[in-house]
Amino acid sequence: MTTVDYKTEFGSVADFEKGGVTIINDNPKNYVFSNIYDVANTSAPYERVVVAINREYVIEAARAEGASPLYTNAHDEFVLCMDGEVEVELMKPEVALLPSDAEGAHLVEGEAEGQKMGRLVLGRGHQGLLPAGCLYRFSSVKVSVISVQSILGPVSVQKWADICQTEA
Amino acid sequence: MVNDTSIQKHFATLPQDNETGYKSFEMGSFKFSRDEYFAYITWPTGSHMMSIDAFLRALMRDVAWGFFYGTVNFDPVFGTTNLYGQVEMFAGTYHDSYKEGGLDWQERFESEELMPMFKAMVSDWTVEGFDPFASPMETNDAFGAKNGDNDEAVQRARVTAKRMVGLDGDTPLRTDESGFPVNRMFADVDQSQPVVQAEPGFEDQVSAYNLYGYLSRSDVTWNPSVCSVVKESLFCPTTEEYILPVEHGNDRVEWFIQLSDEITWEVKDKESGKPRAIVTMKPGDVSAMPADIRHQGFSNKRSMLLVWENASPVIPDLIKKGESPVVPVEF
Ligand SMILES: [Fe+2]
Repeated sequence: MTTVDYKTEFGSVADFEKGGVTIINDNPKNYVFSNIYDVANTSAPYERVVVAINREYVIEAARAEGASPLYTNAHDEFVLCMDGEVEVELMKPEVALLPSDAEGAHLVEGEAEGQKMGRLVLGRGHQGLLPAGCLYRFSSVKVSVISVQSILGPVSVQKWADICQTEA
Repeated sequence: MVNDTSIQKHFATLPQDNETGYKSFEMGSFKFSRDEYFAYITWPTGSHMMSIDAFLRALMRDVAWGFFYGTVNFDPVFGTTNLYGQVEMFAGTYHDSYKEGGLDWQERFESEELMPMFKAMVSDWTVEGFDPFASPMETNDAFGAKNGDNDEAVQRARVTAKRMVGLDGDTPLRTDESGFPVNRMFADVDQSQPVVQAEPGFEDQVSAYNLYGYLSRSDVTWNPSVCSVVKESLFCPTTEEYILPVEHGNDRVEWFIQLSDEITWEVKDKESGKPRAIVTMKPGDVSAMPADIRHQGFSNKRSMLLVWENASPVIPDLIKKGESPVVPVEF
């Protein structure tokens, strides 16, 4: 009997292949079809590109390269490393920087002032908590890819026509 | 057909059949029975049969997901629609020919009254060795006369993390010791855990885990389970092998992110069942499922899929009233 040698395929920013929408009777735009590695390849470092949106909620994808700006939030967010390795530095600000109902990630100007909470080093497939009310910064030595479960906010970039399949 | 929205209160469990040993069930005017190969469903204007393995796989999802979001089509004819507190059972309602022929029928139930009947049916009709959650290559078959049960498999609780997998008091990680070995098709998936360094006092806030490793140890297929939560935004990753046992009809937009390997989705119109598109998803691909379609996935190699749901209870009504679009964004 033949034994199948299963190989799990994960994409990477350097090596990915897109699927796509084959139309029978529909508009391809309805599927808002994109690829996260493609988005990472064509975006600036830490441009938080919205690849999925459901009313106020979003999933952002970003190319992680070098150090990111400092962010804060008023609700939990979750980061998933999808290629490479990304370090996350977490701090607690002395006073809350956002009203409690603020949505999404917000940039923090200037130097960080806060108490060290800890750090995460995420490899491919690792998911980490960006807890509500924290300050956080990503860094990556080589080009990596992250996605963030969040809410639409001031750093979210929507450029659907650039990233999505538009033709059948 | 009926447009009766009154709540059905008739439920009956009929004794074991003398030949096959299986019980029959009545819910409203729908009647369910099985024999060695098939499930039979009858209603006042028609009847329908399905292969028993396909029926049990679909029924298992409907039970495990608490009727899920929107419509769970067991096949193009029979299924349930979640009205959140109530459930509509239908036959032919979302099938053009059945509707034209006047064979379509639907009845409403209280969810908490219908669920125990569904649970009793999946328990009685599942024989020893058949696991409706498992891929076909990882289970014995569902056929033949009554022979034991597999309640351990059919009573699995769906995993729903409150904040994130791995946090103290939340859904635990999966390990060999806890009975979750790495699946044979994911033997090459890295099992290392992230570096997590928490300063004193922040141990409950500084947390990460290996999601792909966690998924590689899932013992079920086509069973989205909550792993992280931002208010009503639920990450429900799942591992997929063979065919999604239902055609899921959306009552809101749903999103897929392909994390590994490949799935092909057949997309049909939610109301008529007419084919609309085929979506091929490879690693890193992202696709929305609009709120007016039904979809069924096919995956040869076991794959990792991130299903993303907005659990807000107001969305189905907003869409019905036309106050929320059926697509997530227009561009
Ligand atoms: Fe679905």
